[in-house]
Amino acid sequence: MKSLQGTWAIGWNTFTELVRMKVFYFLLIFALLIIGNSAFVAKFSFQEQFQMLKDISLGAMSVFSSLLAILATANFLPKDIEDRTIYTILAKPVPRFSYLLGKLVGILLLLALSILLMTGLFLAVLWLRERGVLAETRAQLAGGSAEDLALALKEVTGSTFNANLFPGIAIIFVKSALLASLTLFLSTFASSGLFAILMAIAIYFIGHLQATAREFWLAGVDVHWWSRLLAAGVALLFPDLQAFNYVDDVIAGVAVPTGLFLQTLSLGGLYVAVYFFLAAIVFAGREL
Amino acid sequence: MNRKRSVFSGSVFRNGSLSGGAVSALNTENFSSMIARRSLAVVLLAGFGAAFLPLQIRLADEAKAANFRKTALNLDLRERIGQMGFLAALSGFRSPLAAFLWIEVHTAWENTEWGRMAGLFDTVTTLQPRSILYWDMAAWHMAYNASVAAMQDQKQPSEALRIRAQRQYFNLGRDLLERGIRNNPDKYQLYLQLGVLLRDKFEDHCGAAAAFLRASEFPDAPPYCRRFAGYEMAKCPGRERESYELLKKLYLEGDRQRLPTLINVLREMEKKLDIPATERVESH
Repeated sequence: MKSLQGTWAIGWNTFTELVRMKVFYFLLIFALLIIGNSAFVAKFSFQEQFQMLKDISLGAMSVFSSLLAILATANFLPKDIEDRTIYTILAKPVPRFSYLLGKLVGILLLLALSILLMTGLFLAVLWLRERGVLAETRAQLAGGSAEDLALALKEVTGSTFNANLFPGIAIIFVKSALLASLTLFLSTFASSGLFAILMAIAIYFIGHLQATAREFWLAGVDVHWWSRLLAAGVALLFPDLQAFNYVDDVIAGVAVPTGLFLQTLSLGGLYVAVYFFLAAIVFAGREL
Repeated sequence: MNRKRSVFSGSVFRNGSLSGGAVSALNTENFSSMIARRSLAVVLLAGFGAAFLPLQIRLADEAKAANFRKTALNLDLRERIGQMGFLAALSGFRSPLAAFLWIEVHTAWENTEWGRMAGLFDTVTTLQPRSILYWDMAAWHMAYNASVAAMQDQKQPSEALRIRAQRQYFNLGRDLLERGIRNNPDKYQLYLQLGVLLRDKFEDHCGAAAAFLRASEFPDAPPYCRRFAGYEMAKCPGRERESYELLKKLYLEGDRQRLPTLINVLREMEKKLDIPATERVESH
């Protein structure tokens, strides 16, 4: 219980520290991007406007949360070692495991809050655009039949909100949590924050190819043994980040089947747990 | 306090009471322990990777079955969108890239660069194959705008070549809709648009009827899909009886379906099929 309190204290402290570092400035860029986008695409049809608003907003949400997860997490350990705050914390009866878990909890809180704020902003802009288009449609069809008006309004509302967006956003959070946990693992043996960032970005790209490598390996294609060995290495050592890419389909209005959604969340949770476990093993033996 | 940092991992030793040899021995021991832990981490990572494989494979199969992640990230796409674009697509930013290219499409449209638009449509629909809007708009631009522009092209004096160009754009529109349907077999919209295109531009009434009929099978399809299917079947040799049955069924559904076109087509069919007076719609 005391250990849990300690972990929570470290987590909350990490969160407030990150907030004081003004990491939320990226939200300003996000706001400018989506509000600017709405103004820029005004000449398009309303279906195109909504499609592009969703494309850019959810895409930006995915980029910002992934970058935030990597950049914020990579500097935890190197910075704490450099500032010597780590010695103060570990000199107290705080296990290294709790220290690491606290750091992870802190970044997860930050990611959750960031994604909530971005979602709120995105939904507000979408709602405002929808109101505008609905008012325009009502004005244009003022003299027409009630049935035509109802059909037109249904067309507008059908192009804006759909409940499928939320599982897509939840998967963005899980993917960023995975990246945070992975970066934490990398930073336990990295000699600097920059090294951890570069490694995490490289893994990010390789991770998106993991599914291709896995299929190549398991398909038993008749190629050089070293090609298959390389594919097997990629398939076994890197996370399958394509498994978390539902946003593109969700934007197109496709519903994520519940089973698929839950399994994706489970896979994400497993990755987070595994990378944290490995980080704890390496960090436990690290000389400070 | 005198501290010395290790060359390996930032180790700090109180070396006041240790000789150089002892420090070196400790460093070697720590280094070995560190390497052992990292090796263990890599082995465990591979082990967990192997344990996750069945779940990853099942997820990939289920995603494919649900028509997810259909984008083919191949060399062809790489050539079309450039290295940076491909990198973005590879990292899961396909949709923003498609949106930016769609803005480029609009600029190309304003400059009536039809060829460039056709190339951009190919790229956008490859990046976002599940977006109905992109397929629909792309087909409309090609079959309705580009085709008209080709027919009115004053730089081309030969009418035969203008007609040829017009037909090529019709075919491009049709091809886009057919590829869109292959990528989205679970949506009615593209079947409906294919029906409209086959009816208006190809005068292929049998094909249009089949497309409208397919669209009408979806529960969320608008009611006019069935009417359109009936009208087109009436013009399709050999399907007149089927058309009559369908239109009569719609007529009997009530006033909402009793539109002037439907009644006119029904009357024509009654005459053509020589339906007895007692069975004709006017008797109901």
